[in-house]
Amino acid sequence: MRPVLELGCNLGDVTHVTEILEVKRQKLMATSPLIEFRNVNFAYGTRPILKGVDMSISRGQVIAIMGGSGSGKTTLLRLIGGEIRPLVGSVSVAGQVVHELGRNELFKLRRKMGMLFQFGALFTDLSVFDNVAFQMREHTNLPESMIRDLVLMKLHAVGLRGAQHLMPAQLSGGMARRVALARSIALDPMLMMFDEPFTGLDPISLSVIGSLIRRLTDTLGMTSIMVTHDIQESLRIVDYVYFLADGVIAAHGTPDEVRASKVPFVHQFVHGEIDGPVPFHYQAQAYSQDLGIGVGSNA
Amino acid sequence: MLLVLLKSVPGFLRFRLITREIYYAGVMSLIIILVSGLFVGMVLGLQGYETLQKFGSESAVGTLVALSLVRELGPVIAALLFASRAGSAMTAEIGLMKATEQLAAMGMMAVDPIARIVAPRFWGGVFSMPLLAAMFSVMGVFGGYLVTVIFIGVDEGSFWSQMQSSVDFRYDIVNGVIKSCFFGVVVTAIAVFEGFDAPPTAEGVSGATTRTVVTSALAILGLDFVLTAFMFRGVS
Repeated sequence: MRPVLELGCNLGDVTHVTEILEVKRQKLMATSPLIEFRNVNFAYGTRPILKGVDMSISRGQVIAIMGGSGSGKTTLLRLIGGEIRPLVGSVSVAGQVVHELGRNELFKLRRKMGMLFQFGALFTDLSVFDNVAFQMREHTNLPESMIRDLVLMKLHAVGLRGAQHLMPAQLSGGMARRVALARSIALDPMLMMFDEPFTGLDPISLSVIGSLIRRLTDTLGMTSIMVTHDIQESLRIVDYVYFLADGVIAAHGTPDEVRASKVPFVHQFVHGEIDGPVPFHYQAQAYSQDLGIGVGSNA
Repeated sequence: MLLVLLKSVPGFLRFRLITREIYYAGVMSLIIILVSGLFVGMVLGLQGYETLQKFGSESAVGTLVALSLVRELGPVIAALLFASRAGSAMTAEIGLMKATEQLAAMGMMAVDPIARIVAPRFWGGVFSMPLLAAMFSVMGVFGGYLVTVIFIGVDEGSFWSQMQSSVDFRYDIVNGVIKSCFFGVVVTAIAVFEGFDAPPTAEGVSGATTRTVVTSALAILGLDFVLTAFMFRGVS
């Protein structure tokens, strides 16, 4: 278990808090899984994306879903959020089959979810404060004074209380991601989804976002699913990793198991090897044939 | 369109959202509407005087300016300007919100983007259009007055009295307002649809914005003919 309050929150007995959170997390994990994929098949048009995915995600964990570009990682998040429906199989969240829910039930479920989009997706016509307050104003009848306090607490949690009056255009990429994180936890969701949270960030911002994901998951008792390519940062903060390749779960395990894995795909991915089970060359006819110089190989 | 109407109830419950859109679509379009109205009225006055004086009827120039404006030019030109200025802005804004995943984020926050983003813009445009058309016509009449009475020297009394006696409230002014309401619905419906339907790319948003202006212009002119045929047939 990592130190819980890496970013300098001033609590006296950090060890004690860590132990409490660990016990809380173990209790959560012991309950029924929060998310279950059962034989999920999905295709965009005629292009199959997922082919019989089975996956179970326990509560209180930080899960990373990894795989090459276009392997269907974001599709998994969209299936969980009910944006798209599986062709075959089902996705259950907190015991509810998502694609069977009516519009109102789906929206009710989404209120318990948060999603951090790749580039934050902040509302550009609203200030940082109003972005974080957005869900509170939409879904609750809280008085404005209480909303103000809650927004400041959320912004404080991501270290941007001082940026409350800024507009999204005035924020750096890392700051925008942190504001979006504060916005997505505004209603204390049970499930957080992160779509490429580390893309385009400098090392400091990347580390800050990674630490925040871990810390907020532990302190708020959430479950977090992270779609990412950043192997090093992910293995530092997650509890479990799923690798997606060719539409199926190619491998899965704890960070230590992943590091030690001899599975060719995992090995290539973790060590960033150019060629391997994921070929360098996109499928094509023979190179020599393309060049018109007779029969040959494509590599 | 039906979806927008069905999901308009939350917007009306929070009228603040609609007044904000009236500001952006209506108030922010005022400058171009007023200046254009003034010049159109001045040109009408000048051309009208040049033609009418050949028949010794230059005192009827007030009638010509007013009827041209309240029946046709006011609603039509104001709607064309509105489509270019506010309609294109609506499409670009909604299209960009889609391209930057703001609409998807809203949906994931269990907030319906049609109710929260599209419906207020639609109603903001619908409410703004008749007011802008009316202001265009008023400025046009003022422009005609400026050129014919102040600069050329047409008798002020006959300018206003002829206008007053020949402009009918029911047939001319009300029909003009009805036209502008139709144009408001058509232009904003096209604008919000194109924005919401735009492919989430730079090229997609650019194409949608162009389509808004072109489709709106054609729809306005076509619809104007149909409405005119229904409203003014048999009226002398």
